[in-house]
Amino acid sequence: MIRAVLPLLLLLMLAGLLWVGLGLDPGRVPSPLIGKPAPAFELPDLERDGETVTEVDISAEGVALFNVWASWCPPCLDEHPLFMALAAREEVPIVGLNYRDQPEAAREWLARHGNPYRRVAADSDGRTGIDWGVYGVPETYVVDGEGIIRYKHVGPIDETILENEIMPLVRELQAGEAP
Amino acid sequence: MIPELGNLALSLALAVAVVLSLVPLAGSLRGNSAWMTVAHPASMVLLLLLMLAYACLSWAFVTHDFSVLYVANNSHTELPLVYRLTAVWGGHEGSLLLWLVMLGGWTVAVSVFSRALPGVFTARVLAVLGMVCLGFIAFTLFTSNPFERLFPAPAEGTDLNPLLQDPGMVIHPPLLYMGYVGFAVAYALAVAALIGGRLDSAWARWSRPWTTAAWLFLTAGIALGSWWAYYELGWGGWWFWDPVENASFLPWLVGTALIHSLAVTEKRGAFKVWTVLLAISAFALSLLGTFLVRSGVLTSVHAFATDPERGAFLLGFFVLAVGVPLLLYAWRAPRVRSVVSFDLFSRETLMLANNVFLVTAAAAVLLGTLYPLIMDALGQGRISVGPPYFEAVFVPLMLPLLLLVGLGHWVAWKRADAAALARQLWLAFTTAVAFSAILMLWLWGQAGLLVFVGLFMALWIVLSSGLAVFERLRRHGGWRGLRRIPGGFYGMHLAHVGVAVLVVGVTVVSTFETERHVRMMPGDTLEVSGYAFRFDGVREVAGPNFDAIEGVLHVERKGRYVTTLTPQKRYYRVQREPMTQASRHPRPWRDLFTALGEPLGGGAWTLRIHFKPMVHWIWAGAGLMVLGGLLAISDRRYRIRRRSGREGGEPA
Repeated sequence: MIRAVLPLLLLLMLAGLLWVGLGLDPGRVPSPLIGKPAPAFELPDLERDGETVTEVDISAEGVALFNVWASWCPPCLDEHPLFMALAAREEVPIVGLNYRDQPEAAREWLARHGNPYRRVAADSDGRTGIDWGVYGVPETYVVDGEGIIRYKHVGPIDETILENEIMPLVRELQAGEAP
Repeated sequence: MIPELGNLALSLALAVAVVLSLVPLAGSLRGNSAWMTVAHPASMVLLLLLMLAYACLSWAFVTHDFSVLYVANNSHTELPLVYRLTAVWGGHEGSLLLWLVMLGGWTVAVSVFSRALPGVFTARVLAVLGMVCLGFIAFTLFTSNPFERLFPAPAEGTDLNPLLQDPGMVIHPPLLYMGYVGFAVAYALAVAALIGGRLDSAWARWSRPWTTAAWLFLTAGIALGSWWAYYELGWGGWWFWDPVENASFLPWLVGTALIHSLAVTEKRGAFKVWTVLLAISAFALSLLGTFLVRSGVLTSVHAFATDPERGAFLLGFFVLAVGVPLLLYAWRAPRVRSVVSFDLFSRETLMLANNVFLVTAAAAVLLGTLYPLIMDALGQGRISVGPPYFEAVFVPLMLPLLLLVGLGHWVAWKRADAAALARQLWLAFTTAVAFSAILMLWLWGQAGLLVFVGLFMALWIVLSSGLAVFERLRRHGGWRGLRRIPGGFYGMHLAHVGVAVLVVGVTVVSTFETERHVRMMPGDTLEVSGYAFRFDGVREVAGPNFDAIEGVLHVERKGRYVTTLTPQKRYYRVQREPMTQASRHPRPWRDLFTALGEPLGGGAWTLRIHFKPMVHWIWAGAGLMVLGGLLAISDRRYRIRRRSGREGGEPA
């Protein structure tokens, strides 16, 4: 009996999932890392041979966004124009973590779609991603001038999230830092 | 007026599809043969109406009727005629219409070629196909009408996406749709068999050529898509595990499993219940692919314009189209007995293993594709797992399967003699091991274990198939026996050799390729894998609807001129989108792939120069699989059985 209805049950589960999927917006989850210092790393710089990027570089110029991305990730391309526009405004530096990617492919992706990042750390084997608790890509963090993680967004950001959540927080943190 | 005519034809097609879905089915249940025979003319009329609608839309493209919204969105007065005709399927609405015409075509093909089947069965098959048509026509008319008017009509269209202005893109979607839609036939045959409660070997035999036909179209479509991505997207890769690629790969994996399990059901009467599930699943996955691509649930490079209303409609249709057969299945399956028995070491067991590997692979790919959605539904955000996941799960599942490809056809049905088998095959096996071991020693330090394994598998498959053909010829009296051996036998071996060729291509290119991304000044020379590329600067060229900057690369090898490559960066005038047009120098053993990047000032440019050894073997292998499929469906067996079936009917 179970064998006979099992396919049907699987179908219903799948349909339920797809139904939920239809009505979903990219979500946001709190991270255990919020309020904690950014996990340490030292990774090769994607664009400058021989140089490295560390967690200190993220907040070297004050509040910064830290964006986890990869060239194989279509949602990253969705949010990419927002970062390009943000980089053009020069309001807040963006540091990238190129997650589980081939450096060649990543450089090509940046050449093709534009590079909004001040620095990009190449996390080819994904070790740093594990330390940061990356579920997948893309993810975006706000790190303050002290190197403390203040915010995390899983999934691609959109206009609303950027303008209503991320930028107000960034401005607030920047105001707090101003002498 | 013409677009209204198309709209009318489509509406009439909806009505005919209602008739086709209901009347023959009712006739088959009540034993009314007049009602049942309605199926044949109804399918024909349905196809003609759909073709008329399609012709009307094409006409609107040819005559630049921008008062039709779809034409305005996908065409332009400067677009060449060929691309205006192919632009008909360049967007969501038109591609649905193409899909419908194909579904109508398959339905008529079933109606024409299965006159020999019992009338009750044919009526049910055609009715099920009618229902599928009905669902898609309703979807087209109510959510995605290609004939929708735009008022006031714009003077100019917004042009076809430049990515789609390419010969590869012209034939890739129709082939893919032929495959997707073709699985509807195997599906309809399975549903009809479930309605009748008879899952016999006649049903399996009827399903085989149809399944193989759909499979070969799908194979060709996927291969062309991969080829197109390779040379047109300019990324130099040939498979990206993109959700849309996966959407076509899922039915392919399950369809491949179905082809093998149908063979067992036909020959041995085993795995009936499993086969029927596979037949439903192959089409279900085709529908799921359509849903994923067109509902906006997943993001991808080729997603169509999306809309939640369409998503909801497609989801409802998907649940009905798959749920109802599964209900039937739940009702019928417990009473279906596969009475045959077989030993642990027999072809049945190996075929079962084949199915387990293929279906597990499909499940893993499905999980990876839906993973972003699952995480999103659980409130974990929308994320993507990407190639690292797929490669990690897919490769280990395929390796044992490849070993089986060379072994399976040697093993006898029911009970196999392992000792005899070892005597027949030890030479082929050790030859394959020895050759790949020599290769490995020769390539020591340059290549990993996976290369050795990949090349061994390929060699093993080729030797095993070659030996099988040789043995068969010997038993059939040498070359005179050539024509007496059924096409299905050659087809199978050709397709298996195709797999081997593809494996060689994948193994070699993923191990030995060189990709360089460099900054070059005019006059600079770069050496890549023995080839010297000299950058001679850029020049401007103009195409029919684009302007381009063309880099000139002079290529030499050991001081001898090889070729001049001219990768372009195109700016399509209307869509204002830059496109890279790669320039290649393909040879059987390697491909030189160049693409022009960005200007860096002072005459310097970024350039991508790739050396891709044996990359074409990937598509050559797929081509052999398609040829194998063609040979298999040309098998005389299916035609002869048809004739005898008309006289007496087959014992179940």
